[in-house]
Order: sequence, then structure tokens, then C-alpha cells
Amino acid sequence: MKEFKKNLAKAFGKENLSESFDELTLVINSDDVIEVCTQLRDDFNFDILVDLCGIDYLTYGESDWNGNASSSGFGRARQAQKSSNKKEQRFGVIYHLLSVSDNQRLRVKALLSSENLMIKSVTKIWNCADWYEREAFDLFGILFENHNDLRRILTDYGFVGHPLRKDFPMIGEVEMRYDEELGRVVYEPVSIEPNINVPRVIRK
Amino acid sequence: MSEMKNYTLNFGPQHPAAHGVLRLILELDGEVVERADPHIGLLHRGTEKLAESKPYNQSIGYMDRLDYVSMMCNEHAYVMGIEKMLGLKIPERAEYIRVMFDEITRIMNHLMWIGTHALDVGAMSVFLYAFREREALIDCYEAVSGSRMHATYYRPGGVYRDLPDKMPQYLKSKLRSDKKLEEINRNRQGSLLDFIEDFAINFPKSIKQYSDLLTDNRIWKQRLVNIAIISAERAKQLGFTGAMLRGSGVEWDIRKNEPYSVYEKLEFDVPVGVTGDCYDRYLVRMEEMRQSTRIINQCVLWLKANPGPVMSDDHKVTPPNREAMKDDMESLIHHFKLFTEGFCIPEGESYTAVEAPKGEFGVYLVSDGANKPYRVKIRAPGFPHLASMDEMSKGHMLSDVVTIIGSQDIVFGEVDR
Repeated sequence: MKEFKKNLAKAFGKENLSESFDELTLVINSDDVIEVCTQLRDDFNFDILVDLCGIDYLTYGESDWNGNASSSGFGRARQAQKSSNKKEQRFGVIYHLLSVSDNQRLRVKALLSSENLMIKSVTKIWNCADWYEREAFDLFGILFENHNDLRRILTDYGFVGHPLRKDFPMIGEVEMRYDEELGRVVYEPVSIEPNINVPRVIRK
Repeated sequence: MSEMKNYTLNFGPQHPAAHGVLRLILELDGEVVERADPHIGLLHRGTEKLAESKPYNQSIGYMDRLDYVSMMCNEHAYVMGIEKMLGLKIPERAEYIRVMFDEITRIMNHLMWIGTHALDVGAMSVFLYAFREREALIDCYEAVSGSRMHATYYRPGGVYRDLPDKMPQYLKSKLRSDKKLEEINRNRQGSLLDFIEDFAINFPKSIKQYSDLLTDNRIWKQRLVNIAIISAERAKQLGFTGAMLRGSGVEWDIRKNEPYSVYEKLEFDVPVGVTGDCYDRYLVRMEEMRQSTRIINQCVLWLKANPGPVMSDDHKVTPPNREAMKDDMESLIHHFKLFTEGFCIPEGESYTAVEAPKGEFGVYLVSDGANKPYRVKIRAPGFPHLASMDEMSKGHMLSDVVTIIGSQDIVFGEVDR
């Protein structure tokens, strides 16, 4: 592990590599994803892409439980708070790599700004990235350049929005019912109200 | 003669051989599959989004419902991730109980797989036999957690309760005679551990029964041998794990290579295939059941000899004892805080994987220091397996698609999440 870490630091820069819970994380520039991943596969034997997922940092570090408690009471924690921070790099793509031959794991993280949600696809490097990238596109709206077949995968046909984004409401935006008169299923705006049962708190 | 055009067939989503809600768009040339395009997401419940909105403990139940035939293995990955981030040590007895139930779960999963796989391919009887044995294991689940499927038995800090001293018995009923009642209650006279021990002694005979029915069966071999061959190189490219990867000859098992819990102290072998066809994957899973029985035996021996606590006594994470709550202020506060707010996990991120029956089941947790996870990503083994459907079925007959689905051991709870 030590030697492996040293080699990685030498190849990609010490400041980009961090270790926590015995797991290594490599933060990369989103433009270099193809070069870095090819090098990781060929020189560091990361032959399996275990997982690829998106992440939205919009409300990172925010809690529902703030403000003046005595004036507004418990109710303030039961409504979703408007996010106050504007993150420069709101989205991220996270790759979990596994090397079967060297028995090593590595997490690679590429951050993306919300203006430019484009990153190059790694389907050519690891074929299994295909569906994972479709999933990240579906749930977060991250666009993968040079992906052959970037369709939605988990949500319904004709779904609008990206449900795992933090500004997508928990209750969704539309509801569906069968309309007797029209004789078909219709979509309407949701009629229920959002509810938070347990407020989100941060305690150090 | 007019030129025949390829035609497109819609398979599922309510097809009995589709193992749930798989919708396959198959492009056929006669009876040969040219292209397969699986449409998934029909069972998408937004588990990851739901988990973000709840305190950590309240999402354990969702893990059961992911891969709903290997419930406790999913819980194991999730609670292990939490424990890792909290730096929580759990009692050794709880580790052994977890490993024992992981293996019980593995056998349960494989029994379900062999039953349905054989049924799809055309062998009805194996299904009936496999479910007979599975019933006993579901009874173990029920004895320990009160639920036959969705146990929520593993908790951060250990397991919810110690193993019961008495195995529940069948009651007198109009539908069965006293003689029959005595017979079915014969192995339920002692504790749960006695029952599991009895199961582990008898189970190898059942495995032999299945393999007598299938392994050299001419029809079985005609349907499985040389179907969907995946080389070791391709298996890695396609992100296979578990029996799918081992069937292709790659020796990789998280229990051996990155041992978690107490797997290091237990003795078992990892079966590996040679050609990487459906038949090899069948043989690998059959052998895995035998190895699981070995592990269960070792766990039963250890658990019988070593009583002790099964839950950590860090009451920031685990509920305090009921009695203590009645006259101890601190316990009462702990209880109140834990059940109204939950516990906060220090800021950080971690990926925890276990060797679930279907492959690597991983949970990627991101915490910003709150009482709810910031992001939970569930790495389901079935997802990349199903993604390779196109490559595996290309050039095979339509009827082989069913064999391939069976061989991949797909469950939609985890693929769709």
C-alpha cells in the first residue's frame, strides 16, 4: 500500500492524493480524465471499473436546523431550506477502480462546474462504464462526451428532470393518474406537500 | 425467395422468465439474437434519494429491499460502511453471527437461483426441492429477527438481538397428524444454533440431490455448456464480480482478497471456472453452497463456545438497555437523542464492499457531518452483469436468452434500486 501510494503520488502529484479509512482518493482535472484513466489502467493495472457515479455538492454542509429557535419553533426545520451557497464546482463524477492483479482500490474524483457539465466518456477504457454513465446522466444530468448511447436508464420514458440533484424535490414534480374522460393516464403537478420528519443537523 | 428482414421482439416486462421486470428489446434474425437492449428502471424506487432524507439507521430496511433474495448481505455492506466511518468496533460474537447469516443468505440466494434457473431451462423438480430447503433458512431469519425476508437485523454496532435459545416449533393443527407434527418438529427441539447445525449436516445431501438431477443431465448440459462464453479479459472489462467473474477463471473473492469481518479466521475455498460459460457459472455456484456450509459449521462451533455481547455499548450509536433507561438519566437521554435525531458521522467519504451472493455489493457513503448521509451510492453487482446482456446473447438462440438471464442471477430490486 505504501509503495503503491508513493508511485501514484509520483505519477499524479502528491497534492492530488489523499488517504482516509485506508482508501486512496485521487482528485483529477475533468479535462484529463482520458489520459489519467488510461494510465491507471495500463500502468497501475486497474482492470475493473467497479463503480461510476455522480454527486451534487449543492447543499453540502448545510443543515435544516439553524436560525433562531424560539421565534419560529420546530416548524422551521420541517421545510426544505433554500440553498445559500453557490458552489463553483457543483457536480462531480466519482470512479471506483479495482485492480484484481495487485489487490488495490482507488477512488478517482473529477469535479465539474455547473456551467459546463461535460466530461469525456471512459467507455473505451472500461466497457462497463456504458450503463454507469447513462445512470449518471439520468440522475444528475452530467453529459458524457463520445458516449454512443446516452439515453435515460432508470427513470420513466419521457421523464423530465434529474432526480438525484439536490434541488429536485423529494416528492417529485408530477404525479400520474388515470383520467376517465380522456381514457388515458395523465400527468399533473404534485398535490402533496413536502415534509421533513427528522431535520438534518450537523454536530461536530 | 423474398429476402427476410430482421424483426424486433419485445420480451417482458411481465415475462415469467425475465426474473422480475426486465424488458428486453431483442433484434432477431430468424431465431438468432442480433442485438439485445435491456430496458431497466421499472422497479426504480429511488433508494439513494430516500436514504439521503433519513437518519442513517432508518435506511437499513431499504437495503433489505434492494436485492430481496440476499437481504442480510446488503445490510452488512451498509452497516459496515457506517461503522468504518464512525471508527466503531463491534463485539466478536456479532461478527460471527453476521458471517453465519451472510452464508445462510448466500445459500438462500443460490437456492433461489438454482430453482428458477432450472425452471427456466425446463427442469421443474429442482425448483420444488430447492424451496424445501430454503424454507428452513427463512425460518432462521424469522427466529432471529421476526421477519421472514426483510430482517433489518444488522445494526451499526452489532446485531439487534442475540440468537434465540429456543427454535420456534410448528403448532398442532387440524391439517397435520400428531405423527407428522413430531416429525417436522424433530430438529426444532433445541436452540437456533442446534437447528442451523442440523441443517448444515443435512444440506450437503440436498446439494448432491440437485447436482444428481442436473450436473450430468443431458438436457441441462445441452442448454448450458458453451452458452455465453466470457473470457477472463472480457469479464474484467465488463465489470463482472462474484460468481460471474470466477466462472471466467479469475480468482477473486472479497472474502479472501480483502477479508472483512472474521472471514480471515475461517477456512473455505474459492471455486473458479475454466471456460466461462453458463455451465461453469453453475458449477461455481454449486460449490459455493458447499463452502458456505463449511463456514456455517465453523461459526456454529465458535458461537456455541463463546457467549457474550452482540451489540457495542457505545450508546451514541446503539440503543441503551430498556432497564437502564428506567432509572438512569444518561440512558434516557441517549435513547431520546438516538431515536429522534440519530447519530452524526464525521465528514468524509468511504466505499465499503462485501462479497454478496451475486458479486460485489458496495456502498459509497459521503457524509458532511450530518445525521443523514449526504450521498449514498449503491453499487449493485447485477447492474454491470445485466449491462453485458447484449454481448452475452449475441449470436445465440432466443431460448438461450433465458438461460443467460438465469445464469447472471439477476434480481431487479438491486439493478433498479
